[in-house]
Amino acid sequence: MPSETVTLDGHIIDSLTLSKVLDLILRDGGQYTIAKFHIGATREDQSHAEIVVTAPDMTTLEHILHLIGQHGAARQGGELTTLLAPANGVFPDGFYATTNLDTSVRQGTKWSDVPAIEMDCGLVVEETSGEASVRCVPMHRVRLGERVVVGDAGIRVRPLERADASDAFTFMGSDVSTERPKEVIIAAIARAMREARAHGRKILFVGGPAILHTGAGRHLESMIAAGWIDILFAGNALATHDIERALYGTSLGVELTTGTAVAHGHEHHLRAINTIRKSGSIRLAVESGVLRSGIMHACIVHGIDFVLAGSIRDDGPLPDVITDSVRAQDAMREGVRGVAVALMVATTLHSVATGNLLPASVRTICVDSDADSVIKLMDRGSHQAFGLVTDCEYFLKELSSQLTGAGA
Amino acid sequence: MMHRSLPNSSDIVSASRRLDRLSETGEAAANKVTGSPTTRLLMCAPTAYGLKYEINPWMSLQHPPDVELAARQWHTLYHVLTDDIGATVALVPQAANAPDMVFTANAGLVRGERCLLSRFRHPQRQVEEPFFAAWFEENGFELVRMPDDIAFEGEGDALFAGDTLLAGYLKRSDIRAHRVLAETFDVPVLSLELVDDRWYHLDTCLFPLDAETVVYYPGAFDSYARTVLQENFKTIKVGTAEALRFACNAVRVGTHIVLPSGCPDLTQTLAERGYTVHAVELSEFLKAGGAAKCLILSLRTATLAGS
Repeated sequence: MPSETVTLDGHIIDSLTLSKVLDLILRDGGQYTIAKFHIGATREDQSHAEIVVTAPDMTTLEHILHLIGQHGAARQGGELTTLLAPANGVFPDGFYATTNLDTSVRQGTKWSDVPAIEMDCGLVVEETSGEASVRCVPMHRVRLGERVVVGDAGIRVRPLERADASDAFTFMGSDVSTERPKEVIIAAIARAMREARAHGRKILFVGGPAILHTGAGRHLESMIAAGWIDILFAGNALATHDIERALYGTSLGVELTTGTAVAHGHEHHLRAINTIRKSGSIRLAVESGVLRSGIMHACIVHGIDFVLAGSIRDDGPLPDVITDSVRAQDAMREGVRGVAVALMVATTLHSVATGNLLPASVRTICVDSDADSVIKLMDRGSHQAFGLVTDCEYFLKELSSQLTGAGA
Repeated sequence: MMHRSLPNSSDIVSASRRLDRLSETGEAAANKVTGSPTTRLLMCAPTAYGLKYEINPWMSLQHPPDVELAARQWHTLYHVLTDDIGATVALVPQAANAPDMVFTANAGLVRGERCLLSRFRHPQRQVEEPFFAAWFEENGFELVRMPDDIAFEGEGDALFAGDTLLAGYLKRSDIRAHRVLAETFDVPVLSLELVDDRWYHLDTCLFPLDAETVVYYPGAFDSYARTVLQENFKTIKVGTAEALRFACNAVRVGTHIVLPSGCPDLTQTLAERGYTVHAVELSEFLKAGGAAKCLILSLRTATLAGS
């Protein structure tokens, strides 16, 4: 819900102005929280209140802000200020750095939402046939002479909504959980995924190779096959060990059905990579019948997009891996459009990278056996993330069972 | 951010000429002895009065005032104040293009030597500002100016009840002006919302009788303002009929009260309290939405009380 902070100063208690302003907010369909309040110590001293006004929609919010403005509730901000980008890939000094929270900008008297908001970017104002629009632009994509917003005047950032009672995530809070009933939490995640489906929104899965090492690959594969995943982000490792499993039945040389190391098993992942390189791509390997099962196979067969982003320690890598990290980032940036739920399982690197690209409005669930991974994600600004500390095999097995069990 | 306007050196213009003023101490001493015959007021003789525009529901270009009759009514008021009551009245000459300049209550708000100059809401009256500013400067007041975007119409919307300032808003003055008032005069300000266009200034629907008592017409205020008045003061309520005659547009000078004629109920109430009430016919000024109080600005304190 949109909200804005206003300030109210003066003899606002004795004059009942504060009561009046709060009453008006409620009367006209808004809600408020008092963020700061300083009461004058004597009768002569003035008081100061900062009130966060929230309304169900922008029209109602504007109406309320106008109304209480007449009683002295002052809005913050002003007009957007821009400077020209001095070079390709360089923002002007003092550029406004975005957050991942829903953001609106004021042009004249009109507020408009910035589409596809992403943290740590800049805002570029464009005018086409007299209509100004604002884009969220990563640093490397800004072009010489583009009008870039500087300072924070004329910008409004909406804090994360407090979930209402009907929200599947209400009881979770935004927290790292080690001691909560996991089945209940996973059921809520399944509900959130169904909701996203019902609203035609996308579900993103971000995974690390531990999914394969723990034998959870088949659960993810069945979720993909059942249509629960729209796009997969991973690195060279997840795809490699998945293909190793498909070709050799091992992950890092360990027989997945018996748990025993097999002779020369440590070479399996290299041979798997080499096989795909020989085929030309994962898709070609599937089409030529070389790759017949697994997560990557399921993605190709079911038409699920994937982005494999490379890293410096990669073996091979697989031909599908994007090794230019800026290009990989751009591919992921395209991929997150329309995503409503992001599941991040057993990967710190790709979780943080994806978290950087997601608007805070995306329901983000981070699952790892190590609480550090979850904490790192939140520390890097993805405050919306909900963390679940558990084994990924258990998580995926349970989630898959809840989704399919409910007749997905 | 709300513009904070604390008076600073550039806002305050001190003039050296203080020819026409009594010292504060001399004045206070005189009051103690005589019961306030030396109260100083500012008025403006109606040499260019008339109805040239409509900016309140009382004004109608179809029913202009009789300017000769208006002049006679004004002189009656002037003589009641000076001759009958013994107040000292200073005069500011009326500018030719400022027909409402006769309503000096809207020039600003004066307390001590400081004058917070008005910033009129309507352009039709903004022309008065430089003439009033010049007069205050020439007469030795410290001038404090409102920020450009904050409307404030002087004593029309700000009346002292003792050391508390009652301030009206919404119709003519902006509530943001109230912070400036509090900071300029270092007083508590009670903000009162006006809800009826006919009582567009606070002084058309309220006058403080003394520090504890206000006379007011409840229908002109919102419920919060009525509560504020009831909780902070003893109140004398005026009925609608007399409120429409601008009964509240009254001034007190010591034990004398001057109000427009045609307000028998309030006249009787005040007489019973021991006041000498002077009812003055001001029909031609009512046609512009003003009466006794609108024609008078206090130069000593903002109440026209002698105590």
